[in-house]
Amino acid sequence: MNQPLHLWLIPLLPFAGFLLNGILGGRLPRWLVSTIGLLAPLGALAVVFNATVVVASHPGITLCKGCAYPQGSFFLPNVEMLGHWINLGSLHVDFSFVLDQLSLVMLLVVTGVGFLIHVYSVGYMHDDPGYARYFSYLNLFLFFMTTLVLAGNVLLMFVGWEGVGLASYLLIGFWFQKQSAAAAGKKAFIVNRIGDFGFLIGIFLLLANFGTLTFSEISSKLAASPAFTGGVLTVICLCLLVGAAGKSAQLPLYVWLPDAMEGPTPVSALIHAATMVTAGVYLIARTHFLFDRAPIALATVAIVGAATALFAATIGLAQNDIKRVLAYSTISQLGYMFLACGVAAYSAAIFHLVTHAFFKALLFLAAGSVIHAMGGEQDMRKMGGLRKKLPVTFWTMTVAVFTIAGFPPMAAFFSKDAILYAAFVQGTGGKILWFVGLLTAMLTALYMFRLWYMTFFGELRTADVHPHESPWSMRAPLIILALLSICGGWIGIERFSAFLAPSVGLHPAVSTTPHLELILTIVAVLVALEGWLIADKYYRRKTERPAQLAAALPAGHKLLANKYYVDEIYDAVLVKPLFAFSRYGLGGIDFLLTGAAWLLAGTANLSGAILQRWQSGNLRSYAAWLTAAAAAILLFVLIGHLFAEPHRIMVNLLRGY
Amino acid sequence: MSLLAHDVPLTWYLLLSAVLFSLGVVGFLIKRNIITMFMSIELMLNAVNLSFVAFAYQWHEVKGQIFVFFVMMVAAAEAAVGLAIIIAVFRVRATLAVDRINLMKL
Repeated sequence: MNQPLHLWLIPLLPFAGFLLNGILGGRLPRWLVSTIGLLAPLGALAVVFNATVVVASHPGITLCKGCAYPQGSFFLPNVEMLGHWINLGSLHVDFSFVLDQLSLVMLLVVTGVGFLIHVYSVGYMHDDPGYARYFSYLNLFLFFMTTLVLAGNVLLMFVGWEGVGLASYLLIGFWFQKQSAAAAGKKAFIVNRIGDFGFLIGIFLLLANFGTLTFSEISSKLAASPAFTGGVLTVICLCLLVGAAGKSAQLPLYVWLPDAMEGPTPVSALIHAATMVTAGVYLIARTHFLFDRAPIALATVAIVGAATALFAATIGLAQNDIKRVLAYSTISQLGYMFLACGVAAYSAAIFHLVTHAFFKALLFLAAGSVIHAMGGEQDMRKMGGLRKKLPVTFWTMTVAVFTIAGFPPMAAFFSKDAILYAAFVQGTGGKILWFVGLLTAMLTALYMFRLWYMTFFGELRTADVHPHESPWSMRAPLIILALLSICGGWIGIERFSAFLAPSVGLHPAVSTTPHLELILTIVAVLVALEGWLIADKYYRRKTERPAQLAAALPAGHKLLANKYYVDEIYDAVLVKPLFAFSRYGLGGIDFLLTGAAWLLAGTANLSGAILQRWQSGNLRSYAAWLTAAAAAILLFVLIGHLFAEPHRIMVNLLRGY
Repeated sequence: MSLLAHDVPLTWYLLLSAVLFSLGVVGFLIKRNIITMFMSIELMLNAVNLSFVAFAYQWHEVKGQIFVFFVMMVAAAEAAVGLAIIIAVFRVRATLAVDRINLMKL
């Protein structure tokens, strides 16, 4: 029997924070709002740390699944039943939280990075009139995200899944007075609906085929029937992939993420970089036992991931908004994670998820610090030379840039390397995936160093701003995340995948060819170096060259700068026809429904007009009606008696009774 | 047996009650003055009371008499409230003709 870990506190504390700040926040002083907003994630983090310590203090349990444990040992997965939710015939869905290696890693990232970003927000949002609203939404997000991670069945996970979508919508549209922010929020919500539709169909199919929604039961049922592969499992996995692609901004549902940058920058860091958008990767890793049986779906995941990685990286080359560059870089990195999932290297995907959470949160927070210093300016063409004025931001950003580019010994070097290696050893198709990944790595280095040079080097290209370093509440999270970005990968993929193995299976790439691995690593680093050199040449030494290049290839540059016109294509192919269909095609149905409604209303009106004459308001007429009716009833009764037994009545009358 | 019950048959009471009730109804219907209408209602109530008492006496049943007390009590309450309303109405409208006060709003 495991000792109680009180997992229920992890979502509940942020929820309490949400309620307190959401209901009372407007009336509380600012310091109290910050205290509540920070204590909630800190409490959750403490519970997660406690669980980590408990797990870590029982060595061996993570590696050996079927061994006999000594007394007082601790089992993973640790299931915490909170109550029954749905009991319908054979369908049983519980409020159950499951802590296993996968959810533990994910929880550490969500609450750890989440807490740091809460701290950062205290400084960043300090002057915002919606301070309490902001923190209540942020806590709400943590509530749903931890529910998503801890959920023991697909349906509870879906609750968290929808909830983070809601929190994301609320926070993207946080400055709802701004038309573009409100539109971006709606776009994110609607695009996610498409993905969630796929997820929902997947849930229904799971229920129809397995009769249960609990992960462990589905897994054991699958294990019991080894011949069950492909077919319906492929369909289920593709449905889940649609859901994951929506949430994790993969092709073709990625369009909402760049627009989501309308939200406050810490939100972009927390929700749209570090945690929520990785929920799709988490979903695939969580249901890996399904994907393992559906090779076609798995290949689709890999292709979608690789295509997204390359596609988003090319767009990132030509963006000038600092946050948009980071947004496309996020999409690209999520593509890497999908690529890893697609070659069944789930632990490599989760490893990259963790390191990405560190360095991408850092990138966003540093970018937020830059934007803060520039007084809200996000256009990199107007920045430059900030290296001297924002030293802490510059150095932390430098760490992040070197990390994302994949230079050793930064965290992403290890995780990206693991993904590329896992792809390379996957046969011929894997070689192509590896090559795409390599190309993306070069582009990543290129656009990240472009951002670095344009922001921090050269001369400031705007006259009327006076950049200043951010307050300590913003600098401290930057430094911590920078340390994590450096050290986060040192654990190494071997140990990490060994730890995760009970949850997601063994990493296929941890194998016996160290030479090959070394060669691939060197190639990857050289390619990243190449990206850096190109960026150095174009954006530091010969800053006139990019413009010349754009002028030489106007079509290519316009294509990239306008993001391949995907938004425009979607608008023309999907949105406009849908609007036209709603307006004209559904007009007939509308006419019928309106007609029926008018008919009913007309009938009621007419009968009202007739009946209202009765209600003259004249008291004596009412009384007259009353009397006449009473007399009529009396007469009716009397006549009956008279005809029935006239004789007796007459006799009785005469006799005086 | 009392003299009353012996000499006056029930029918007569009932006939008297019916006549009084009818007078009340007619008065209520044809009069326009609220106070007269009010008196007509009292007349009807008391006509019913009469028949209650007569029946109660006839069948040696106390329930009818109890009912009469209830009716009287309600009538008294009604008179108090009704007269108060009439005074209020008169203050506002300076008339007691029901035809002039046929609007819900004063």
